[in-house]
Amino acid sequence: MIAIGLEGSANKLGVGVISHPPHGKPAQVLSNIRHTFVTPPGEGFLPKDTAKHHRTWVIKLVKQAMKQAGVTIKDIDCICYTKGPGMGAPLQSVAVAARMLSLLWQKDLVGVNHCVGHIEMGREITGAQNPVVLYVSGGNTQVIAYAEQRYRIFGEALDIAVGNCLDRFARTLEISNDPAPGYNIEQLAKKGKVLLDLPYAVKGMDCSFSGILASIDLLAAELKANPGQRDPVTGELITTADLCFSLQETVYAMLVEITERAMAHVGSNQVLIVGGVGCNERLQDMMGIMAKDRGGSVYATDERFAIDNGIMIAHAGLEAYKAGFRTPLEESTCTQRFRTDEVFVKWRD
Amino acid sequence: MEAVHPSSAAPETRVFSPIFKYPSAAAPLLITQGAEALLYRSTYLLPSIPCALKYRPSKPYRHPILDVRLTKHRILSEARVLVKCRREGVPVPAVYALDEAAGWLMIEWIEGEVVKIRLNEWLKSRKEGNVADGVDAGELLDLMTRVGSAVGRMHAIGVVHGDLTTSNLMLCPRSTEGVDGDAEAPKMLDGDIVLIDFGLASQSQADEDRAVDLYVLERAFGSTHPRAESLFGGVLKAYEKSFKGAGVVLKKLEEVRMRGRKRSMLG
Repeated sequence: MIAIGLEGSANKLGVGVISHPPHGKPAQVLSNIRHTFVTPPGEGFLPKDTAKHHRTWVIKLVKQAMKQAGVTIKDIDCICYTKGPGMGAPLQSVAVAARMLSLLWQKDLVGVNHCVGHIEMGREITGAQNPVVLYVSGGNTQVIAYAEQRYRIFGEALDIAVGNCLDRFARTLEISNDPAPGYNIEQLAKKGKVLLDLPYAVKGMDCSFSGILASIDLLAAELKANPGQRDPVTGELITTADLCFSLQETVYAMLVEITERAMAHVGSNQVLIVGGVGCNERLQDMMGIMAKDRGGSVYATDERFAIDNGIMIAHAGLEAYKAGFRTPLEESTCTQRFRTDEVFVKWRD
Repeated sequence: MEAVHPSSAAPETRVFSPIFKYPSAAAPLLITQGAEALLYRSTYLLPSIPCALKYRPSKPYRHPILDVRLTKHRILSEARVLVKCRREGVPVPAVYALDEAAGWLMIEWIEGEVVKIRLNEWLKSRKEGNVADGVDAGELLDLMTRVGSAVGRMHAIGVVHGDLTTSNLMLCPRSTEGVDGDAEAPKMLDGDIVLIDFGLASQSQADEDRAVDLYVLERAFGSTHPRAESLFGGVLKAYEKSFKGAGVVLKKLEEVRMRGRKRSMLG
């Protein structure tokens, strides 16, 4: 069976074609392409402009994905699109495109939860059986474990998402948003040495990032106004690289801690990291050390599958489709708020 | 929490201070590995006084400076909070000894089992559906009431737990007075609630912090015992009666829940 997936819940527009061979053989990625709306340094992406970007590119991307996959319309079984959560206007643009394809090609629609898409694709690619999932991106920070047909959220950010914290700090520093603000923070952090004191806000399996962002913004403003500050212990000059380093060390330690707590709570020793922030190598390293300590292992994917993409929507959608799920045209809406645990996961035991 | 197999465990290689070595104490026996700490069973002063030894090994994934800062802070704040709770009559284990630089805390040994295990056993022994219908809910509701008032008493004295889950609530068997030999078997959900694991606790009177405490418990409850989730209201009901400011906290809880709902806005 073959499905095409359309994703556009934030600033990435992705289209992917997936094939599920019979007899439970591993899924085959036929094509997976993405076009990102990149804003100038110091600016975030606004819903209106992002939606326009998606509208401009969606037809080209669908054509290209079909061509690359080497499939024709009659090979496609269903059209999957992101129902939510995400930014309203971009979601709508992509939903309209999906509806149009459904009418044009006479194929069933399947609305997919974005977070479930990430989880299912991560499981498929890494082969992790029943992991604790850390889902970290620009809009979401969740620690998830599967129980009784649902992906249950054990912990999450109580205010802004970790990726949002990193993105906004990148804006403060006015560093490039290309290919992603978090990527550029990671590169800067590699040059940092001095660990500055930041708040550490973990509450059980939940955590909070807004206070950390406020603190690091303050430190950045102080450094800008008064360069040439030195670390009182080592006497080293404090740089913006140290700020990025301190921010990463602190927020990732928090994420690893809440993940470990969830693992202890559910008695699992596998971790799967999904979402855009999951590409961060320092986070993957730290998680790997923690998992090894517990006699387990960490599973992560690279940017093709960790960053928002169409293939994960196609994959999760096709799983639901095979279990009999359809989204009738009149219900093919999208929603900004769509929690991971709202989805009934019929395709797993 | 999952118990490791103490019998099959490799010989303990950690270096403990002399106080934990035979003959001054029974050799520490690993009971569970939590997220942050290892819990051992040992004895304190006399071989007849069992104790729990909570050891926080350094976390190699963390930056060493951050690691030292967190370990020290957590051991000390846990001990302070336990002492305060004990003084004010909130059911918690007593503190026996500690060394924050070495990362250990020695506390009273609490008999019994955590609520998570007992509750899951109880739920397993019940038929599907009964719990939500309230047919069989009396015993469970009684447990919820005890949980609610224990949490309320803790909040009333200005302590927030920071990690309230059913793994951090113990059901401690009531001392059997032995009035009559053929008394009915103790019910599965009987016992006194004892709050444990104050590793993330802090002293706070803020309604926000108290509400987040309840929210964490509510969510842990919903995700660990989905079938009994509908009865969580029992906890809040008992909580409301437990101290004067509880009503305001419950209002705040609604706000915290709403905030939680909005959190999934972006993807």
